[in-house]
Parts: sequence; structure tokens; C-alpha cells
Amino acid sequence: MSRYLLGRIASTGLVLLGVSVLTFFIAHIVPADPVLAALGQHAREEQIQAYRRAYGLDRPVVMQYVVYMGRLMRGDFGVSIRTRRPVAEDLREFLPATLELGGAAWLVALALGIPAGILSAIFKDRIFDHLSRIAALIGASMPVFWLGLLLLGYFYFRLRWLPGPGRLDITLSPPPERTGLLLVDALLARDATALVNGLRHLVLPAVTLGLFSTAVVARMTRSAMLEVLLQDYIRTAKAKGLPVPRVLLVHAFRNAMIPTLTIIGISFGSLLSGAVLTETVFAWPGLGRYATTSAISLDFPAVMGVTIVAAVVYSIINLIMDLLYVRLDPRVRYD
Amino acid sequence: MTEVRTPAVPIMAVRRRRRPWFVLWLRRSPLAAAGAVIILTFAAAAAAAPYLALHQPQAQHLERRLEPPQPGFPLGLDQLGRDILSRILFGAQLSLMVGLVVAVLAGTLGTVVGMVAGFAGVRTDNVLMRITDVFFAFPSLILAMAIAAALGPSLFNAMVAIALVTWPVYARLGRAQVLVLRRQEFVEAARVIGASDARVIFRHILPNAVSPLIVQASFNMGEAILIAAGLSFIGFGAQPPTPEWGVMISEGRDYITTQWWVPTFPGLAILLAVTGFNLLGDGLRDILDPRLRRAR
Repeated sequence: MSRYLLGRIASTGLVLLGVSVLTFFIAHIVPADPVLAALGQHAREEQIQAYRRAYGLDRPVVMQYVVYMGRLMRGDFGVSIRTRRPVAEDLREFLPATLELGGAAWLVALALGIPAGILSAIFKDRIFDHLSRIAALIGASMPVFWLGLLLLGYFYFRLRWLPGPGRLDITLSPPPERTGLLLVDALLARDATALVNGLRHLVLPAVTLGLFSTAVVARMTRSAMLEVLLQDYIRTAKAKGLPVPRVLLVHAFRNAMIPTLTIIGISFGSLLSGAVLTETVFAWPGLGRYATTSAISLDFPAVMGVTIVAAVVYSIINLIMDLLYVRLDPRVRYD
Repeated sequence: MTEVRTPAVPIMAVRRRRRPWFVLWLRRSPLAAAGAVIILTFAAAAAAAPYLALHQPQAQHLERRLEPPQPGFPLGLDQLGRDILSRILFGAQLSLMVGLVVAVLAGTLGTVVGMVAGFAGVRTDNVLMRITDVFFAFPSLILAMAIAAALGPSLFNAMVAIALVTWPVYARLGRAQVLVLRRQEFVEAARVIGASDARVIFRHILPNAVSPLIVQASFNMGEAILIAAGLSFIGFGAQPPTPEWGVMISEGRDYITTQWWVPTFPGLAILLAVTGFNLLGDGLRDILDPRLRRAR
């Protein structure tokens, strides 16, 4: 167990090292001139020299990477060209909104996807199964930004059932910031109005973002359940006369969750990707929107900062999923 | 894949007329057939776009801007008075090209890396697989956006970025196939008679490993169309006034409530095309991988 654990943590470390190499490559080698990108075309010669010295660009590439890595390790992502603030500060400000949105979308995906998958497997080839598979297929093929627009147009502009873009109505003052997670802050401040309003603002973007993952989770749960339902121990459990719900939920579902967990972890990656588009549509002040507005103004340090943070968050989520996997599946532990 | 059954009835009675291949295919996997029909329709529409389109994709009828669907403009007009149907037809050319180019680029790169990893020694395998792990560590759209931003916004750069983001799946699949196939007798036999590594990989292993790669290519094309549309939507893919579907949605987003047809139809086109590729991928997997049939 501990050997597996150490190995898994070490490989995550290795992957993150690779992440730093790849982002270094993209940020320092691909653009024709990072100095020009940072200072603009009208920079004076001494400014350029000073910038090159400050960022170690006058040294060999390997040394440049060492400097870059050293700065990353200290949490220094450089200064944003657009906001003129340290990128790390910007990231700290925008990450919570994305985590809140991603978490809510994840909940949507699990709350809809897992039951749909289980029911689909139980009623295989019946009408529910067909409908849910068609829904999953469409969900997996849906352009998330388009779905967001449609939902916003219908539920906000037309029906007025739900609030529009943003995390909170502009007429409300946000609760004092402690965690940056609006709902948590509202809870801590016992601000019921902000909490309810924040929740209502979260519904449309979370559903939009969660739909793709819902489809993926439903498909995986279904096929994992079908695989498990064919196993001998399920027949044994039924033969022993155990009640069907118990067989399905305790015997089948727990085992079907093992392969599903990996997919749930991987689906967080598509949530982070989708967040870029969803946040753009819903004017959600998170990392995704920060990344797109930064990229449009060629703010390279900011884009790379978001890229690295996304990779780190995603790798850690997958590491956690793998560790849960070990808890659920004793075979991995003893191998 | 062919089932051998002992005939329970006299041979004469079971001898049937041979059905055409597409009927067999349709029966075997209606899903794949449905997907294929959708994609072929899009491909035909894209190929015939210059003849089918009622207007030039860039032609503006400013006096009739934002008018609803009507004869002559079956899907309505956009904010510059351009015919939405014509733009969708020409957009199909771009989207199918994106899918194809990405699948070829990513498929070639990934397959070669995967085959080499599976065939070469443990050390090469480890290095190559850790490299694919690094690419897997990034959420795909975010890495594609970073690469596209570095290369500069254009549809071509977006395709390169998407290929760079999606090749690792092919590498894993290719490697897994090689690991199974390299122990097979026909591969051993080829080696015994002195075939070179390259010959063994490309003449003997690759043709037998191709099924899962084709399935992946189908999913990859759908994924590429989605990511490309997303990149164009946020400004990193095709640029206006290109009739690309993502660009069309982005340009028409402000009209979602008042002139719903402007952003709705291009989105439907994306949804339908991607559904086609996903259906085809699902169906092909059923046909090509009999092991999965039991679980479905």
C-alpha cells in the first residue's frame, strides 16, 4: 500500500515537473520574442536589456529553465501585462470562483449521471435505457458555450426564472471575503440573501458546465454496472435471497464505482476546459474568463499561470481519485 | 468474428441470398450507420456548398439584416444580412477539414510514439509514456488555448494546437496494441525470418492494431470540431468574417433573445456533426471489438 502510494505521489511529482518543462517551452521558445510580447514594439533598447537580465533571458536555455523553475517553486508566475499585478495574486483572486463553479458542475454530473447510469443498466434495452443513452450522446456532443447561450436566453431573458450573468446581483453587496468561495463566505457571514442569490446565479452555469460530464459519468456507470451485474457474486447474493435494492446498491454499485471513479477524476479536466467557455458566456469572474481576456491581450504570463494552475489542480484531483481507488479496491493494495 | 454454428437444418434451407454489405452493416450496428449517414450528409453538403448555397457566404444584404427564416433565406439572416444557411454550408467545409487534419496529425504522431514505446525497450517506453502523461495532465482546451495563443490566432494554428493536445490517446492505444501483438506467433515468425523492426511494426503489427485507432479517430474528429469551435468562440481559432461555426455563434451571441436563429442554427450544426462522429465511433467500436458487445 505505502509503496503504491509513494510511487503514485512520485509520478505525480514527475508529471508536474514535465508540466513545467512544457509550459516553459511554450512560453519561452514558441513566441518569436517574449521580450517584445511583454514590452511592446516601442520599448527602448535599455528597457529590453533590463527585462532580459531581470528574467534571465540573456542566459543559456537550460539556465533560463532553472530560473523559471525556481520562480515557479516560489509561486512567482511573473507580472501580468494586462493587470500589471503579479499573476499569482490574480490567480488567487480568480481561482475560488472557478472552483465553486467546477464543484457545483461536478455535483450536477454525479447527481444526474450516476443514477441515470445505474437505472440504464438495470433497465437495459428498455425505454429508459434508450432515452438516457441518447441524452448522454447528445450531452457529449454539445458545444458547451452554445448550450450556455441557449439556457441564458431562455431561463433568464425570456422566462426570468433565474438571474443572469455574474456571481451575484449587482444590487447586492458581496459578503466579506474570507475564502473567496462566495457561498461559503455568505454562510460564514450568515448572509441568507447573498447565499440564496449566489445559489440562483450558480444554477445555469453549473448545469451548462456539468452536462458534458453528466453524459460521461452516466455512460461509464452504465457499462461498469452491466459488467458487474454479470458477475457470480451478484448471482450468489440474489440466490441468498437478499433484497434486490441491497444487491444493486451494496454489492453491484460499490464495485461498479471502482472504474467509474477514474472517469470522474478525468471528467474534472473537461470541467476545467469547459469552465473557460462557460465563464466567458456567463461573465463568471473565474480563471477561465481571466485566461481568455488575458490571451486576447497577449498577456502571456497570465495565460501560462492559468495553464499551470489548471494542470496542478487536475493532477491533484486525479491523484486523490487514485488514492480513493486504492481504498475501494483491495486488489490494488496488495499487488 | 464469424460465428461457426452446426447447421440444425439441412444446408439447402439455410442458403440465403447474399445481402449487400451496407444492409449487413446497418443490421449489425444501426448506430454506426446513423453516424455514417450524418457525416456523409455533411460531407456531401460541404463538397457541394458552392452549388447548394443560395448566396455567397460573405454577401451582405444589410437592408434585410436579422430577418427571420424565409424563402430565399431558409435559416434567416445574421447581423450583417448574410444568409445563415450558406454560411453553415461553407462552415461544414472548415469543420470537416479541422476534424480530418487533426485526426491525421494527432493519429500519426500518437500512433508512431505509441508503437515505438511498445516495441522499444523499457527505458524508451518509460520516457515516452511519461511524456504522454504530461500532456494528459492538462485540461485539453486550456493547453490548446495556450498553444494557440503562443502561435497566434488562426484556424491553422488551432488545428496544430488541437492535434498537439489530442495525440496522447492514440499513443496509449497504439502502445497497448503493440504490447499484446508483439508476443503473437506471426510477429515472432516475421522476426525469425529476419524482418527489420520497422518492417515488423509497420507491416505486421500496425495492420492488426488499427481497429481501436480508427475508433479513436472517429471520436477525435468530433472532439476536434468541438474544441476548434470553442477556440474560435473565444477568439483563438478562425477569425471573422470566416464562416466558421464557432465564429458564427460568437458573432451572433447578443441576438440570442431577439433573433434566436442567428446563434442557434450554427450551434445545431456543430451538435449534429459531432453527434455523427460520436455515433460512428460507438458503432465502430461495437463492430470492431466483439469483447465489448457482451457488456452493452
